[in-house]
Amino acid sequence: MSIGVLALQGDVREHLTALAAAGAEARPVRRAEELAEVQGLVIPGGESTTMSKLAVIFGMLEPLRERVRAGMPVYGTCAGMIMVADKILDGRDDQETFGGIDMTVRRNAFGRQNESFEAAIEVEGVEGGPVEGVFIRAPWVESVGAGVDVLATYGDHAVAVRQGNVLATSFHPELTGDHRVHALFVDIVRSAG
Amino acid sequence: MSITPASTPQTPETGTARVKRGMAEQLKGGVIMDVVTPEEAKIAEDAGAVAVMALERVPADIRKDGGVARMSDPDMIDGIINAVSIPVMAKSRIGHFVEAQVLQALGVDYIDESEVLTPADEVNHSDKWSFTTPFVCGATNLGEALRRIAEGAAMIRSKGEAGTGNVVEAVRHMRQIKGEIARLKGLDNHELYAAAKELRAPYELVAEVAELGKLPVVLFSAGGVATPADAALMRQLGAEGVFVGSGIFKSGDPAKRAAAIVKATTFYDDPKVIAEVSRNLGEAMVGINCDTLPEGERYANRGW
Repeated sequence: MSIGVLALQGDVREHLTALAAAGAEARPVRRAEELAEVQGLVIPGGESTTMSKLAVIFGMLEPLRERVRAGMPVYGTCAGMIMVADKILDGRDDQETFGGIDMTVRRNAFGRQNESFEAAIEVEGVEGGPVEGVFIRAPWVESVGAGVDVLATYGDHAVAVRQGNVLATSFHPELTGDHRVHALFVDIVRSAG
Repeated sequence: MSITPASTPQTPETGTARVKRGMAEQLKGGVIMDVVTPEEAKIAEDAGAVAVMALERVPADIRKDGGVARMSDPDMIDGIINAVSIPVMAKSRIGHFVEAQVLQALGVDYIDESEVLTPADEVNHSDKWSFTTPFVCGATNLGEALRRIAEGAAMIRSKGEAGTGNVVEAVRHMRQIKGEIARLKGLDNHELYAAAKELRAPYELVAEVAELGKLPVVLFSAGGVATPADAALMRQLGAEGVFVGSGIFKSGDPAKRAAAIVKATTFYDDPKVIAEVSRNLGEAMVGINCDTLPEGERYANRGW
């Protein structure tokens, strides 16, 4: 079983490290051929407008949407959460997403870098106490459809959600030494396989 | 379905080292572009830039015009912040911590304490730990990079020689930094103390670099990148992303060149992609041979 990390732009290395620590074989994915070789995909943090643009230009958008529709497990952090949202607010008009979760996500909802913060976040399905939530110009979930489970909230907003095999967090577990959320995703990939 | 708040212990903390350094991690594999107007900022965002650097004059014009180069007008920075949704960086003079305070108050996402502007202090850099806004600083070698990190820099870039369109100095600095890191990895614990002394950097940071085999913060390249191949070269040499200053908006077709440099930065190890994006870009910026630059006009010598 192999899990890819979408490597168009963003904190790819940290996810590869976290996935390896959670017991998965992980590799970067930049092309459609590479996507065909993995059983799950992490969409890292980064700049969602850049990722969206590069995905369109390099022919990753449709193959990825197709895999998501076919049930491939996907985990998106921060910009990755935006990329798996069916609908986004405060994005660019031409911004494309891969979709996968019936939710509306607001980009940069927690504010600019000066407002970026850390807080302890209790995540449903992650045992052993709260995870260290690192929020960087982070999005939040504005609303979700009926089939979506909210796994964590901060203030009045959902910051971790799951629908079927697709998982998303506003925060960045890959920037911490705590790999429990990645372990949860690795379990999802194993069960799907 | 409504979202029910959970009983999470939630005491937010801003401006932590992890939040500052983590911000730079999000920019990796991307291109940060110098822009002087909201229109240019939009062109940069359209092209796929991960962030823009708001400044009054690009380095090539600072060279041409001479005089004292300072922080940009707050109105101009506001205009750029309002024009784009991607992060906005801005430059303060070296050691001019009040310019940095102003930039923080304006809400810029990253401050570049930059040798491209005229230094305000010839001994001290700003104490970057005392800010919530993260800083990026230039370096020509490992010791300089570690001194900046010790002062609180959350991201390092090679200095290169800004505004020349000549990549030679960026290459020199990147090779120097990577070479010194490789050398540290080969040293034993006894030797690291002497290495710290030679590098004029704190022992703890030197030991950390020796163990990690990399800087504890993100390393980008800057100064002289003018073509897609330049950007890819810097990435193959170990830069995790690139700053492009005058190279884009001093060229014949900025929108096209900007998009091409973005693509080459992602596919930096694929010559076919680099060849494809390098076609018909129009004229590159003219460029300056660094050997002909008088010592006093070398920005890389600024900072200590």
